[in-house]
Amino acid sequence: MNSPASAFFAQLRRDLLVAFRNRSEALNPLMFFVLVTLLFPLGVGPSANLLQTIAPGVLWVAALLAALLSLDSLFRSDYEDGTLVQLVLSPQPLGLLVVARVFAHWLMSAVPLLLLSPLLAVSLNMTPRAIPVLMLTLLLGTPVFSVIGAIGVALTVGLRRSGMLLALLVIPLYIPVLIFGAGAVDAAASGLPVTGQLYILAALLVLSLTLAPVAIAAALRMSVSQ
Amino acid sequence: MNWFMRWFHRFGSPVWFYRIAGKWLPWLSGLFLLLFIPGLYWGLFVAPTDYQQGESFRIMYVHVPAAWMSMFIYVAMAVCAAIALIWRMKLADVVLICSAPVGASFTFLALITGSLWGKPMWGTYWVWDARLTSELILLFLYLGIMALYNAFEEKRTASRAVAILTLVGVVNIPIIHYSVVWWNTLHQGASVSKMDAPSIHVDMLIPLILLGLAFQVFYVLVLFLRVRAELLDRELNTGWVRQLALEHDDD
Repeated sequence: MNSPASAFFAQLRRDLLVAFRNRSEALNPLMFFVLVTLLFPLGVGPSANLLQTIAPGVLWVAALLAALLSLDSLFRSDYEDGTLVQLVLSPQPLGLLVVARVFAHWLMSAVPLLLLSPLLAVSLNMTPRAIPVLMLTLLLGTPVFSVIGAIGVALTVGLRRSGMLLALLVIPLYIPVLIFGAGAVDAAASGLPVTGQLYILAALLVLSLTLAPVAIAAALRMSVSQ
Repeated sequence: MNWFMRWFHRFGSPVWFYRIAGKWLPWLSGLFLLLFIPGLYWGLFVAPTDYQQGESFRIMYVHVPAAWMSMFIYVAMAVCAAIALIWRMKLADVVLICSAPVGASFTFLALITGSLWGKPMWGTYWVWDARLTSELILLFLYLGIMALYNAFEEKRTASRAVAILTLVGVVNIPIIHYSVVWWNTLHQGASVSKMDAPSIHVDMLIPLILLGLAFQVFYVLVLFLRVRAELLDRELNTGWVRQLALEHDDD
């Protein structure tokens, strides 16, 4: 009953339930994603060729920003009502509980975005053969955003105004994912093979999933003890 | 191991470091001038003119050492961060946070001189070259560390946060660098032919080494000054600072 695995699933279930009860909040990143994407045709003009060229980059940047903005809800309310202290004090490994939390957050904030991305890709006139690659790269890349972002949130959760600071800390670390994600979609649109980029994205995912929980746990301990 | 641990503990003591660093300052300043002035003179006047780049290559003598230092200081900070997190050594915290502005300045200097060098060579102040881009990202890593430190009121908490962030950053730096290299080759190919480094003339190399060492000494010098000031600030309420203030009053 008290095994780490059961703690993991209990945490996951609880977080999903909480997120499900606040459904409207979970929709915000999605709307943000659509709105940011909408800004680009308005900003650069409706030329179909231009939009086709910039579509991979635009969608990836919009996904990155949506991931960044959704991060704040990851630990904020738990920090304020003291749940986070209980999490840190629990006998189960904190890194594992944190992964459950981040996974629940990813399911609620990034998966809808991923499901909606084909629609936006079509609206930006993206080549149809690139769309599955877009979804696949988002599937591999957005969890990295969540996991790395969680380090930033864990570091800044004790601060009152942390939005801008969080962006400054996290965006440089997001760059590799953006490069390979948008690069893969770009390559797929021009009919080039994308296996290399997909492998690297998968490697980044595995690497961040392995190392980041340690950093998140250390940062949460620091934030809670202040 | 005994002598090592003793040395380690003594090194971690603020009083001891404050005294020793104070004694070293004049020597470091002397050494810096001894390396910097001949290096600069040699680089700017003695070294032969580059047959391709003319006189403008001489900015290399500031640019390259600054770029070296921008990376060296980050690594030094990461080592400090590990020491601070593992052994809770107070001094490592202080060295870490005092290095950040110095590293950021060197990174900024490397970017500025690189852009000034780029204008006559590449015809533009900025190209999205892989090295330039990763240097720019490095600048933002430094600025992020400084911003995070300043966001906390409690300096001990701030130090821990910064140590964690620095370690996260150092794992990411190679990944960022190589992804930027790949991104660049994917997008525009080698449109910018970098100065391929053949066997560099010895008259060009010596000043570069001298200035590289000079910048290194300069870093230590500035670091000691900053660390001494930071130690006084942090240990304001301890006996040794009070005693120091009294000694100073007597003079």
